[in-house]
Amino acid sequence: MARGIHPFLIRLFPTTPTDFAIHVQWTRWILTGLLCLGITLAAIGCGAQATESEHEAPSQAAKTIENKGSDTLVNLALAWAETYMQLHPEVRISVTGGGSGTGIAAMINGTVDIANASRKMKPEEIAAAQANGINPIEFTVARDAIAVVVHPSNPVDGLTLQQISDIYTGKITNWREVGGEDRPIVLLSRESNSGTYVYFLEHVIRMGDKKSDLLFSPDTLLMPSSEGISAEVRQNPNAIGYDGLGYVTPDQKMLAIARDPKGPYVLPSVETVNDGSYPISRSLYMYTAGEPTGHVKDYLDWILSDGQKLVPELGFVPLK
Amino acid sequence: MHESSRVRWSEFAIEAIIRVLGFSTIGFVLLIFLFLLREGMPVFFEVSPDNLFGTRWYPTFGLFGTLPLILGSALVTVTAIVIALPLGVATAVFVREVAPGWAREVLKPTIEVLAGIPSVVLGFFGMTIIAPLVREVLGAPTGLTAFTGAIILAYMALPTIISVAEDALDAVPKSYRDASLAMGATRWQTIWRVVVPAAKSGIVTAIMLGMGRAIGETMAVMMVTGNAARMPLTLDSLFRPARTMTATIAAEMGEVAQGSVHYHALFGIGIILFVLTFLINVAAASTMFKQRERGGLR
Repeated sequence: MARGIHPFLIRLFPTTPTDFAIHVQWTRWILTGLLCLGITLAAIGCGAQATESEHEAPSQAAKTIENKGSDTLVNLALAWAETYMQLHPEVRISVTGGGSGTGIAAMINGTVDIANASRKMKPEEIAAAQANGINPIEFTVARDAIAVVVHPSNPVDGLTLQQISDIYTGKITNWREVGGEDRPIVLLSRESNSGTYVYFLEHVIRMGDKKSDLLFSPDTLLMPSSEGISAEVRQNPNAIGYDGLGYVTPDQKMLAIARDPKGPYVLPSVETVNDGSYPISRSLYMYTAGEPTGHVKDYLDWILSDGQKLVPELGFVPLK
Repeated sequence: MHESSRVRWSEFAIEAIIRVLGFSTIGFVLLIFLFLLREGMPVFFEVSPDNLFGTRWYPTFGLFGTLPLILGSALVTVTAIVIALPLGVATAVFVREVAPGWAREVLKPTIEVLAGIPSVVLGFFGMTIIAPLVREVLGAPTGLTAFTGAIILAYMALPTIISVAEDALDAVPKSYRDASLAMGATRWQTIWRVVVPAAKSGIVTAIMLGMGRAIGETMAVMMVTGNAARMPLTLDSLFRPARTMTATIAAEMGEVAQGSVHYHALFGIGIILFVLTFLINVAAASTMFKQRERGGLR
């Protein structure tokens, strides 16, 4: 070993085989470290760039409309988009579901042009959007009845709102208590991101009482989709579920609903929603980021005029 | 001299690249964990502990009780392992010790193919075939129960359990079997009293890995367990709906606004899940190391 040289320098300038081995060891570690650092920095850099371009995408692409949200609205929104794209081939509209919460979250995060919702945005959601520099504008685009459905073999034909509330909070647990067979009641609900879930909680379970703190029973099965509810209602004689009128198929039985025990018991339909006699109906909304302009405005204007012709075909109630 | 140093330098380069690739895997895992911590930790400050570990999960209304989700995951996972363990070990014993050579050649790859079935297919199968069976045969109010989920999960954990247990049996030296048979033990006695105990730590590893697979499974579980966030404390809980941690994250992640309490809560569940899976893997690894230390088996 070369004497009189600092050990660190030996590592950098090897003169003997032993020193060379130390040198190799060091070089390896330094190279490894540098490359790791480089890759990490590159990865972070790419990540940062990707998020930036994502935020700019909606404004840059002039003729595309990003439309997302309510599963209740998704089929209607698709029908509107398809018809509109046939009339205006230069516009591309992409429609996805996921629930009202999904659409509203996307609006708050600035990733959609139009958010579909089967409930109104909550004040805190509007505040969150405004904090991100987005001012959501609300449009009522159609109306919808929520049907309460059971298995076709279930002898129960109608329920009062109070009975439905008691069933869903777990106060009534057997069909016998509401005039049915001696069977346990299986509660089906949509996931909590669904606007239908929130509407049902506020207007049926809590019966519109803002001070009420009633909640769905913890035994309630949260189904990931409307189809999940249909599938279970179709095959399980114990089940009770709720869903938009457009999703009710002939192999499920709709219940007539009464505001109070004396009646009248009313089945959901376009007529009973329009004359206000069916108690569980609501408006469906589209939200835009700020006052709509350009092709988004054209699209919404069309939905509110000619587009309304498509609404009854999909089982919803058109605006009067 | 000049020539050889050039060879050495290219060797450094290649070694360094391989090393970087190896280390970057660890780096990515660390980055993911840091991300998980960054997104999930706030919930432990935003939500009071008695709410966070309470019994009611209603995220839309500020109730973030994760207990029913943790217990739901535990119930489904443990039941799945209880179902899969005897089946898996018996299959491994059959494949390694009993089956004739040709059957073994067919069985081994077939079992490995099972692992490749997409979980959504199994979920759909569970929803349309097993759930109605559970309701009609067992008389449960609904077929979408923790038990249905456990059956599907057991099926998904089986390939892992079988192939790891089979490897462990395979590693038992032939001399053990010869000695046992020479002592006059029957083939059954040899398998049950000698081979299986000798492979015990490997079988425990198999169970742990199967459990890790079961606890992290999402899609199939979301489709068949009914997703009711109830506390599974009564005796019939197994035949009632349950909600697991993974299904909760999957079902709700799409809805939340970034940075909200609910968003942090979902990542918080992710942290809990990560820690649980990590502990299970550590347990599996430590039994594996014990086996190595004792030596002789490999």
